[in-house]
Amino acid sequence: MRPAELKYTKTHEWARVEGDVVWAGITDYAVEHLSDLVYVELPSVGAVVKQAEAFGEIESVKAVIDLNSPVSGEVIEMNSTLPDNLETLSQDCYGAGWMIKIKMSNPKELTNLMNLEEYNKFCETEQH
Amino acid sequence: MDYIQHTQEDVKQMLERIGVSGIEELFESVPEAIRFKGNLSLPQAHSEIELRKRMEQLARKNHAVGAENFCFLGGGCYDHYIPAVVDAVTSRGEFYTAYTPYQAEASQGTLQSIFEYQTAICELTGMEVSNASHYDGGTAFAEALIMAYNLNPKRRKILVSRAIHPEYRAIARTYTAPLPVDLIEVDFRDGTTDIEKLRSLAKKDQTLAIAFQTPNFFGCIEDCFEISKVARACDAFLIAVCDPISLAVLAPPGSYDADIAVGEGQPLGCEMSFGGPHFGFFTVKMKYVRKMPGRLIGETSDTQGRRAFVMTLMTREQHIRREKATSNICTNQALMAMRGLIYLVTLGKRGIREVAELCLQKAHYACDEISRVKGFAPRFNAPFFREFALKCLVPAAQVIEKLSKMGIFVGPDLGRWYPELSDTLLVAVTEKRTKEDIDLLVRALGKV
Repeated sequence: MRPAELKYTKTHEWARVEGDVVWAGITDYAVEHLSDLVYVELPSVGAVVKQAEAFGEIESVKAVIDLNSPVSGEVIEMNSTLPDNLETLSQDCYGAGWMIKIKMSNPKELTNLMNLEEYNKFCETEQH
Repeated sequence: MDYIQHTQEDVKQMLERIGVSGIEELFESVPEAIRFKGNLSLPQAHSEIELRKRMEQLARKNHAVGAENFCFLGGGCYDHYIPAVVDAVTSRGEFYTAYTPYQAEASQGTLQSIFEYQTAICELTGMEVSNASHYDGGTAFAEALIMAYNLNPKRRKILVSRAIHPEYRAIARTYTAPLPVDLIEVDFRDGTTDIEKLRSLAKKDQTLAIAFQTPNFFGCIEDCFEISKVARACDAFLIAVCDPISLAVLAPPGSYDADIAVGEGQPLGCEMSFGGPHFGFFTVKMKYVRKMPGRLIGETSDTQGRRAFVMTLMTREQHIRREKATSNICTNQALMAMRGLIYLVTLGKRGIREVAELCLQKAHYACDEISRVKGFAPRFNAPFFREFALKCLVPAAQVIEKLSKMGIFVGPDLGRWYPELSDTLLVAVTEKRTKEDIDLLVRALGKV
């Protein structure tokens, strides 16, 4: 079940807003379509990220995909145990599979993200 | 794969199968107006006898290094002995005509041989991981600079020793042209990189990498440990270009903390062949492996638990990573690298050391003897390995010309790349040159 309180991007990342901090990760849709994950590259604490721009990479046996930030700001925390425990993404991508925590520089950007209903519809149209 | 032409019958069957009456029909979509009509402007075909005669005529124009002449050529391509077993094994059809091992299940032999090559190169260089080879030393060098940039795009300046092979530096300039990196030349002093100059140019937060070659283009041995210290002091990557034979007696790059170590593999079992085909080797510290260019063969186990080999970390390569790949080269010199491998395992650790020691001793004997000939002297005082720069009273080009008429090859003339050294040429002495050969060279120089 996709959490109703989260916001979603068109590139299948999710955002959990807590005051001026946002937790970010990838959705079950992304995890399912990537399959066979082998590697994830996350930014270090202090890195500056921009909405819709890459903050890292995720690799499966066949492809390398950018991880795009749902908001702009500064990375204040990074899930350093995730790269060695990629199975967490298939088990709990909205919880323990979080990737970075961002201190927002422009909370107005949140209006560019989709809510659960919009995201569910978006996923349906993406399926051929 | 069969290399047999189709017969008329084969063609007829194929056309019938796809429901086409003739080959012409396959080109129907090409407008009549632009179709070529008539005969191609080619000379008449030769019979096998005529062709062989023609090729032999052409071949006679070559003065190949062999029993009738004496090769003391330096400059990155050397006349080392190639044991017969190298040709014997690599000429086997399974290796000679093998294609890229994309299908692991059908290519275990090829993959295993490349894995062994990678292992041998790591043992030789003291580095943690090697790829499956590059075109040549120059390409490997250029790729090393690009890799450094990919590892740390925030820094832009690469300090490059002017004593690195000029052609490697030219290739590097071409490859890095589209990137926002500056290649800053560090001059040499008395044959080796000017360390004081290097220290003054090396700046923390600015210097991306420091690159040098040892032995360098002049044959001189660089102060690797000192250069390594300079790199560590400004957090720059250390890129070393080294000679594989010399690694049997000189400190390998793994011992002076090189981040990337590359070089030309030609001295290991490859014919000089007017410049190629040869192969470049490329090694890195394991922590950088994901940004390493080229092919990488790994060891794994199959579904039945048997040891197997595969192409690995393929997501580095450009057919998957596309514009984000470190390199757009996704090939290797498998056959040449295999010659290198067979050479190394045939000689073994003891044998390669013997080769290196012979080169070292013979080159020094030659240098000492030539120094006693009026008009010639070593150009630099720095220690050298297998070759040295010889200063002449007359232009180097003249000396080369005169000697070549006597069947003795020295050079190249350093003036080709270093205007201030047009009176200097390189002399390399490999294990193949006898004392008599060297004495002949000395006498010949006396006659110049």
